Amino acid sequence: MPIELRTITIEPLRNNYDHLEKRFGHKPASRYQEASYDIQPVENLHYRPTWDPDQTLYDPTLSRIRMRDWYDLKDPRQLYYGSYTQARARQQDTEEANFEFVESNGLVMLMTDALRQQALDLLVPLRHVAWGADQNNMMVCGYGYGTTFKQPCVFYALDQLGIAQYLSRLGLLLGGQDALVAGKQAWMEAPAWQDMRRYVEDVMAVRDPVEVFVAQDVVLDGLLYPLVYERLVDDLLAVQGGTAVSMLTQFMTRWGAETRRWSDSVVKTMAAESAENRAVLEEWITQWGQRAVAALAPLARPVAVDTTDALMTEQIAAFAGRAAKAGVTIKLEH
Amino acid sequence: MDTKARQPKLGLREKYRLLTRDLGWDPTYQTRETLYPYAEYEGIKIHDWDKWEDPFRLTMDAYWKYQSEKDRKFYAILDAHAQNNGHLNITDARYLSAIKLFLQAISPGEYTSHQGFSRAGRELPGVGTQVACQMQALDELRHAQTQIHALSNYNRFYNGFHAFVQQRDRMWYNSVPRSFFDDAMTGGPFEFVVAIAFAFEYVLTNLLFVPFMSGAAYNGDMSTVTFGFSAQSDEARHMTLGLESIKFLLEQDPANVPIVQGWLDKWFWRGLRLLSLVGTMMDYMLPKRVMSWAEAWNIYGEENGSALFKDLARYGIRKPKGWEDASKGRDHISHQFMLGLYQWSFGTAFHGWIPTDEEFAWLSEKYPDTFDRYYRPRWNELRKLAAAGTPFKNYGLPMLCQTCQLPCLFTEPDDPTTLCHREVEYKGERYHFCSSHCQEIFDHEPEKYVQAWLPMNQLTQGTSGGGGLENWMKYVNLVDGQDNGDFEGSQDQRNFAQWKHNSVSNQA
Repeated sequence: MPIELRTITIEPLRNNYDHLEKRFGHKPASRYQEASYDIQPVENLHYRPTWDPDQTLYDPTLSRIRMRDWYDLKDPRQLYYGSYTQARARQQDTEEANFEFVESNGLVMLMTDALRQQALDLLVPLRHVAWGADQNNMMVCGYGYGTTFKQPCVFYALDQLGIAQYLSRLGLLLGGQDALVAGKQAWMEAPAWQDMRRYVEDVMAVRDPVEVFVAQDVVLDGLLYPLVYERLVDDLLAVQGGTAVSMLTQFMTRWGAETRRWSDSVVKTMAAESAENRAVLEEWITQWGQRAVAALAPLARPVAVDTTDALMTEQIAAFAGRAAKAGVTIKLEH
Repeated sequence: MDTKARQPKLGLREKYRLLTRDLGWDPTYQTRETLYPYAEYEGIKIHDWDKWEDPFRLTMDAYWKYQSEKDRKFYAILDAHAQNNGHLNITDARYLSAIKLFLQAISPGEYTSHQGFSRAGRELPGVGTQVACQMQALDELRHAQTQIHALSNYNRFYNGFHAFVQQRDRMWYNSVPRSFFDDAMTGGPFEFVVAIAFAFEYVLTNLLFVPFMSGAAYNGDMSTVTFGFSAQSDEARHMTLGLESIKFLLEQDPANVPIVQGWLDKWFWRGLRLLSLVGTMMDYMLPKRVMSWAEAWNIYGEENGSALFKDLARYGIRKPKGWEDASKGRDHISHQFMLGLYQWSFGTAFHGWIPTDEEFAWLSEKYPDTFDRYYRPRWNELRKLAAAGTPFKNYGLPMLCQTCQLPCLFTEPDDPTTLCHREVEYKGERYHFCSSHCQEIFDHEPEKYVQAWLPMNQLTQGTSGGGGLENWMKYVNLVDGQDNGDFEGSQDQRNFAQWKHNSVSNQA
């Protein structure tokens, strides 16, 4: 027989804050809703920025994308600070255990030098890509409009800092400090990395926050994470004896899948808003997508060798399929 | 190949360098000026970003782990508080005015701070500084959200909390904190960091944080005090960021010193004016007092501040210009402000009241030189009017200071019987100020401050809801007779007394 403890019940005067009752009706709101909706100032802004008097302090017209209500761009994961740190703390526990397992069992020593070098060549320069992604997402968070859209970006930015730190630790574990020096040199000078570095620097020069979101999160990371972590590391390096590497990048694999769910949903909502939005998104995703494909192919080649072209074609198809589901039709060439 | 064995083990400092600033690179496909467009226009010269000393060494994995543990505890206590009617444990429903003001005025400031640090974390072209600013950006989001969550349960049972979002943008007294944070964010990235990380977080934060959180503890407010304890280690990090920023700027180039000094003069005074809200809360709104504003200023302002500026003297930095006047105002500002709030309580989303005899005694003990002489007589006058059934309401609109946006109700620093008022003519318009320091801030950047959104001017122009008090109340989501007015006879007073009584008796 269930026994229920009794507590003193007082009838509340209201269920929630006015702005939430207006949006969601007279019922208790979730912690995500309380934490996110309408908490950015919207009116009676006091001064124009001295750094760019053409902008207002919170300025939805910085983007070519237009929304009647930016709070339509919600996060399907419903992450606010509390749930975000809880989720990442669990994931870092697993990642830490993986590092511990690889180190204490000497799994790196079981890899051939050639394989270890392949992993270093592929993964270490990506720590700089991640730092670019961090800054780009701080930009979206800082200049975007509406908390439900930009709050996931501050999480994304610091996730990317975390990923850059995991990749650095991976480099140190597999090749010591020399590996980080070599990785940075490749990032700066190796021909195979230059399209990628140019891409990252060019995105950093863009000042339309939604275009930055599209170029970085939707396009570059949308292609990079499945290609690098799911296919090159988890499939190709792992079968050659690189399971250790796959363990060390597990955080990234899962993070990519989780995050794509959010970025896809944002694209979908923006595209559904208007034909104009859809046209802009198609333009951006095609332009940046074409460049991202060109930047990624040379990175895949040393690992995928003969299968590189097939792999790229497969990844492009998967990417275009996701875009199509979000209502955006694109065609990328390889 | 045994690479690991050939390389020396990394020290913590070196490892942190590799995990943060070594991630950066010098761009070649774009210029630095294109990628960091706002780094130079303020005139700050940085020659070597590598000289930045990391104020704390926290990697993201440790950050997630540590912060999630704190949040888990915080939300567990919050749930228990809601489930067990924790709101009935507060000392008295008058206490709620303090946290209503906190939610309306301070929590939105946390959010703005989150936005400002997000921008600084992108715009400052040094990785070490960026990482520190980014973590603070994330922390400030935490503070805004945990405060909204902590006070949400009070909102279900009491008035005055429900419209904090609308009132953040529209309520006259909230334009004080709003203009403060908007001012910082519309400055460049260096000014923002000096304003918020140093002047506010390092020099003044104890004056805000300690009284509010101790006030919550003294008055039985479990959910706010839990937030306070939980935020303390974040605040400690923010303070070290503030101090490191200022030292870094001063050490990089002597030409930075006068710029930084100007910012310190400005932001100390802006911050102090903002904190007069806190002083009023401490001296008047807490049923159980922690300490007086004067005592807090002596400890956290006078003593700590003097030590700090002695330390900074070697860089050629002196105390902020307004320091002396801040000390002179110490025994006056909270009384002057509360007297103002009482007369305008029809237009505030919290209650005002006339202090009790016991509170008069406390005030006169804490302010032996000023309370009995200047302020008790004015309160007695208000008491008489209230007792006669004709409580004093000032339906005239107060003149607001063009800079700090507080009503011009403070007195001359050297004469507590004369209202302080300054005015300036700029391009054919007349502007009013509460003090010489606020006027100086205006004089330095008039093109900025002429843009200020002054709620009283809007009201008289009929742009805030269409003119008239009733329309204005609609415009600010103020429910007349519930959210505003005197605490005596308010719904909050009645409900709290009734529920409290029910909880300890056998009446239904």
